Formats: sequence, structure tokens, C-alpha cells
Amino acid sequence: MISLAGRDILHAWGKFVFTGVGLGLLIGVTLTMAGVYRGMVDDANVLLDNSGADLWVVQKDTLGPYAEPSSLYDDVYRGILGMPGVARAANVTYFTMQVRQNERDVRAMIVGIVPGGPGEPGQPGYLVAGRQITRSHYEAVADVASGFTLSDKIQIRRNRYTIVGLTRRMVSSSGDPMVFIPLKDAQEAQFLKDNDAILQQRRRTLANPAFNRPGVPGLADAVIASQTTNPYVNAVLIQVKPDHAPEEVAGLIRRWKRLQVYTRTQMEEILVGKLIATSAKQIGMFLVILAIVSAAIVAFIIYTLTLGKIREIAVLKLIGTKNRTIAGMILQQAVGLGVIGFAVGKVAATFWAPIFPKYVLLEPGDAVRGFIAVVAICVLASVVAIRAALKVDPAEAISG
Amino acid sequence: MKLPSLNGRTLALVGVLGTLLALFIYVALRSGPLAPVPVTVAAAENLAITPALFGIGTIEARYTYRIGPTVAGRIKRVDVNVGDRVQAGQLLGEMDPVDFDDRVAALEASIKRAEATILAAQAQVQDAMARKSYADAQAERYEQLWQTRTASEVAVETKRHDRQVAGAVLAAARANLDAADQELARIRSDRDGVIQQRASLRLIAPVDGLVVLRSADPGTTVVAGQAVVEVIDPASLWISVRFNQLRLSGLRAGLPVRIVLRSLAGHTVAGHVLRVEPLADAVTEETLAKVVFDAPPEFLPPVGELAEVTVALPALAAATVVPDASVQRVDGRLGVWAIRDRTLRFVPVKVGASDLDGRVQILDGLKPGERVVVYSQRALNARSRVKVVEDMAESS
Repeated sequence: MISLAGRDILHAWGKFVFTGVGLGLLIGVTLTMAGVYRGMVDDANVLLDNSGADLWVVQKDTLGPYAEPSSLYDDVYRGILGMPGVARAANVTYFTMQVRQNERDVRAMIVGIVPGGPGEPGQPGYLVAGRQITRSHYEAVADVASGFTLSDKIQIRRNRYTIVGLTRRMVSSSGDPMVFIPLKDAQEAQFLKDNDAILQQRRRTLANPAFNRPGVPGLADAVIASQTTNPYVNAVLIQVKPDHAPEEVAGLIRRWKRLQVYTRTQMEEILVGKLIATSAKQIGMFLVILAIVSAAIVAFIIYTLTLGKIREIAVLKLIGTKNRTIAGMILQQAVGLGVIGFAVGKVAATFWAPIFPKYVLLEPGDAVRGFIAVVAICVLASVVAIRAALKVDPAEAISG
Repeated sequence: MKLPSLNGRTLALVGVLGTLLALFIYVALRSGPLAPVPVTVAAAENLAITPALFGIGTIEARYTYRIGPTVAGRIKRVDVNVGDRVQAGQLLGEMDPVDFDDRVAALEASIKRAEATILAAQAQVQDAMARKSYADAQAERYEQLWQTRTASEVAVETKRHDRQVAGAVLAAARANLDAADQELARIRSDRDGVIQQRASLRLIAPVDGLVVLRSADPGTTVVAGQAVVEVIDPASLWISVRFNQLRLSGLRAGLPVRIVLRSLAGHTVAGHVLRVEPLADAVTEETLAKVVFDAPPEFLPPVGELAEVTVALPALAAATVVPDASVQRVDGRLGVWAIRDRTLRFVPVKVGASDLDGRVQILDGLKPGERVVVYSQRALNARSRVKVVEDMAESS
């Protein structure tokens, strides 16, 4: 049996293929949009993975350290280390700022970590170049997304840091690349403003008669010294001993240290359910509309493609072709178009996804779902087209 | 004629669809979970590493002389400015003496008066002595006359009485003179004391040094103990260094250090650890140490400048060494991803000392020559397929 569909495609294959490619690009955009949404959620998850923590200890009654500001005294970790079930605990600070390098600046999340060696909580895990931080000051490990390379010098507030290592996919929940620096530097950077601001602050303190009394020499100096310290961190990261449940350890710390503690599950809820909820919904809404529009366009294309051939179909009917054969032809063409479109779309999405500034995660599950949806839409659209084709009067073939 | 054109079309269609299929398969295999993870590997080496410690400190003067008055008062003059070199004993400034000079003048006048009193007392003594010798002579003569009974007993008695009175008057005059002498000595001491106090208002440099601070100017009132001028000995500069207490074993006096001053980044100065402070900073969790320059710097670095100090510890014996980027914590255990028999395996290890270049000793679990994963594009697990690449930059 000759394939009518194949014959028809061969008759005008250029039109067919280009329609398929056009369709494919549209499907590619839809797949990319799904990837953008998945990427946002993945950014939130890698942030939690990369911290290497089982528990997050933050200021009481806050959703810190990612969703809300949180500050703890930096010696709190000592008491936490003594709690049962805690294997390792380390201070950490987070803040997002513009990191300067010569003329350009990059938005980055500065993570202050205790330079305690590999495997400690908060340390950057897998590197792609260089080494871990070994000095307790003025070294940095940056994510490759920041564009920095090894031995670059970057400026964070008042100090210059040397990039000694590079990571991949170490990003904040909003997709900014992370830059790891030693904790003491980070505390200083978080607190110390530029020189001008420091001078202004000193001037204000000296102008305050309560602090600058003539009869008490040295009081003003002491006050200024106490102003220029920052004994705070944003969170304490905890790794739990293997034989303890994180929830049990968290309960003990909540009860006896009167601090807020989040487990991995709770942290995911905060990040995905609260922090990126609105923007994720925004993207999700757009994705839904895009999917509906794409489906409509696919259906219209197949419908008009069939209607364009209405005279040929009339001829087929005139020469006595069975309805089943005609329906089969239209269905095969529609599904063929859908498959080509999906392949083009998947290839296109894969090639342009890395160009996006933020992470686009193309999940195989999404691709499979997309494929099923595309085929289903094609079949549905062809049903409408088949109805139109079968209703055609064979006399049309010889009319006009 | 129709068949070849049909064949051409078929070929073209097959070509386009074939290319698309090939691209699709390539995409499916290169991205997503099916793709192998690009990693770089390195062989564990048998190396002797030289650990080092890194700290930052500020340049400080070993001795700072804060020179100020011992009593509250107003500054009369300050003769030196910041940056001046001063010699031991040099006058740096002076406090307002207020009435000290007047008190000295008053005491001088009192001394004069006391001296006059002494002269008067001396005259009185001489007068009394004259009277005494006359009374003695009179009494002597009447005694002789009494022997020969040529004078009356009453007259003799009178002369005797006169002599006793003259003796008493002389003793009183002598005592007067003595008191006047003592008074003079007292007033002189008073005057000397006031002059001493007056001298203490002068601010004198205790050593040869450099003026680093002039915190008050003439006319300012300062309290006792408040510094007016600060002098340091520029030859006694040292660096007060703070070291993170993590992995701080082996720090001791005498170790050689490399000092990089913040103003001279890239320029290294040699020095050594003078002492490790017995008191650590409990709040900042840092250990303090003092570091001195081996040779005095050719120019004077500003006191308070930041310096980076790297202490070289003695080299350790050779041991299995891997880059620190290869050490990972998986399920709570520290280890490395080793490639054994072409398969990826997580090998728990015990980690020893490390150096500043990112090399870490493996005390247990790994033998030299074993290949371990150093860099990885993604987190690895036991089922990961890996592709060993030479350079991470090429694969990404």
C-alpha cells in the first residue's frame, strides 16, 4: 500500500518541513519556559544542597537566613556544638552585593565561611578549578557564573580578595553567583561601610557630648571601638551525627537554646513556598498561557494545512478513496508535524538554554510530558480537520 | 523523468529528518541525567608538604610614652609637633603654672625676712653676750669685794642676780637665733618643693623617639594622667598578629615569617615570631603573637598599618598528599572519590595537615599513585558516570 501521507509530504516537503520547524521553535519556547520555572526551583534547592547542612539555626521568630534577615551572636555556635547529636556546627553569613573587579561589577551573594577545611558545613563542595580557601583572610572561591577566573583580584567593600577556586552551580535563591570568603572578612564587610561612612560615624560620635566628655579621656575612643565591631552571623549550619534524627536535634536546640531551627524540609518549604513563590507563580502562569497558545497555534496550523489541500481531498474522494485512508493521511501528517516540531523544539531549547543569564533546567520528565501533549494536541487538531475533510463534496474537485 | 526528481525529494527529506534525528539523539545524550559528569583526576602523590600559618596584624610600637601632667591644669605651650624627633630630656611643652611663680616669690621674700630675723637674733645674742660678760665681770668684782668685806651683801646679791638674768637672756637669744635658722631652713625647703612642683609642669621626653600624637594644644585644660604628647621609639616597631585558632598547631617563637605590608602588596619583608602571647582573644577566637622585622625597614611604616604575615612551619615528613578540592563529605564521612578498576568509588580517608597551596595529607585510606577525582562539574554519587577530561574549561 502506498502511503498517501508520505506521498503528500514528498509533494511539498519544503512547506511541510518549514512548518514543522516553525512549530518546533514555538514548542522550544514553551519547553524553555518550563525550564526557567524548573531552574528557579532548582536554584533554591542547590542553595540548600551546597550549604552542606542538615539544620539551620537562625534568630528566633525569623525565617532566616535566606528569606528573612537573621542575626545571631557569633559565639552561639559554641553552645550548640555541645548539644547532643550535633556533629559539626559552623557560623555562616550571607549578603548580596555588587562585587567590583576593575571597571565592571557583578551581583553576587557573599558567603562568609569558617575556613575549617573541606567537608565542614558551609564549605563550597565540588570545585571545577583551583583550591579551597586555606588562608583566614583575603581569599575567595567564586562561582564560574560570576565570570571571575583564578587569581583574579576582586574588591568587596574595603578589601581586595584573590580568587583561589571556582565552583559551578553555587547560586543564591535568586540565581546570583556565590562568592565564598572567610567569615571574619565577611563580618567586617557586612558591617564596615566605606571610609567616608566610617568617618561620618566617628564624627557623629565625637559630636555627642555624652560620649566625648572632657573629664573622661578615652571614652570616645572606647565608644568608637565598640561601634566598629560586628559580633554577629546570620546562621549556624549544623551537621547531625549519623545516629540522630535531624528533627530530634532541632527540637533540643529549639527548647534549650531558644533559637529557631529549620530542617531541610522546612527550609525547602520556606524557599520554594515563600521566597520564590510569587515569581514562580508568575512564570508558571506564563507557562500555562504559553502552552495553551502553542496548542491553539498547532491546532490551527494543522487545520489550515488540511484545508489548503481540500481540493486534492475532493479529487481523492471523487476517485473513490476510502474515508479511512483520507483520515489516516491527515492524522499521520499531523503527528509527523508534531514529532518534527518536538524534535526541533527540544534541540533548540537545549542549545539556547545555556545562553540564559539564569539557570534553565530542562528536565527529561518535562520533555516526555511535552511530547505527549504535542502528540495529543496534533491528534485532536487532526480530528477537527478530518471532520472538515470528510464533509467535503467531491464535486468541488471539478467545480470552479 | 518523474522518478529521479521524486528520489531527490525523498533524499532531501530523509537528509533533513536524519540530521534532525541525529541532533535530537545528541541532545538527549549530552544533556540531562544520561550525560556523563566531566571530572578531572589526579594521582595521589607522596610528598613532603610545608604547612604554613596565615594571619593579619597591625604594626604597633613596642613602647608608647604618653606624656602628660600629673595634676589637672591648663596647657601653656607645646613645643613639638607630630613627626618631630626628640631627644631624652628634651622639653616638649609646659603646663600653665598659675600661681607657682608667685608662691616661689613669696617664699623668697619669706626667706629674706627669715634671714633678717636671723640677723636680729644674732644681734640680740651679741647684746645678751655683752650684757652677760658685763654682769659676769660685775659679779666677779663684787665677789672679791665681799671677800674683803668692802661691799654690802645686798649689793653682791644684786650682782649675782644680774649675772643669772644675763645668762638667761643670752640663752633665750641663742634659742631665738636657732629658731630663726630653722625657720629659714623650713622656708627654703618649702621653696624648693614648690620649685620641684613647678618643674613637674614641664613635659620632658623620657627617651629618644618620635612624636606620634599631639592630642591637646595650648589653652586646653587636661586632667591628671591625660596624655598631651605621645612619643614612640621607632626602632622598636613590631607587628601584633592575630591567627585563626583553627589548625594552629606548631606556632612558636623564633619561626621565620614573611611579612607583606598592605601599602606594599607584593613586596615581602622577612621577620620572625618574637613570642606567642600567653593570652588569646577569647571573643574573636584568635591567638595573638608578636612578630618583628629581621632588619629594620628602610622607611618607617605607619603605626597601625595592616600587615599580612605568613609563618612557615617546619616541613613534614613525606606522606600521601591530594589536592584539597578532592576531599568531600558524603553521608557524614570525609573521603575522596577514587577511580579503582575504572569505576568510581568513595573512599573514606583520614585527613592530616594541609598547606596554604591547597595540598592536604591523607593519613589513612589512600595509597600514593591512586587516581582521585579533583574537579567535578556536578555532585557525584556512587552511580555517577564520569568522563575524565584534562581541563575543566574545555568541557563546559
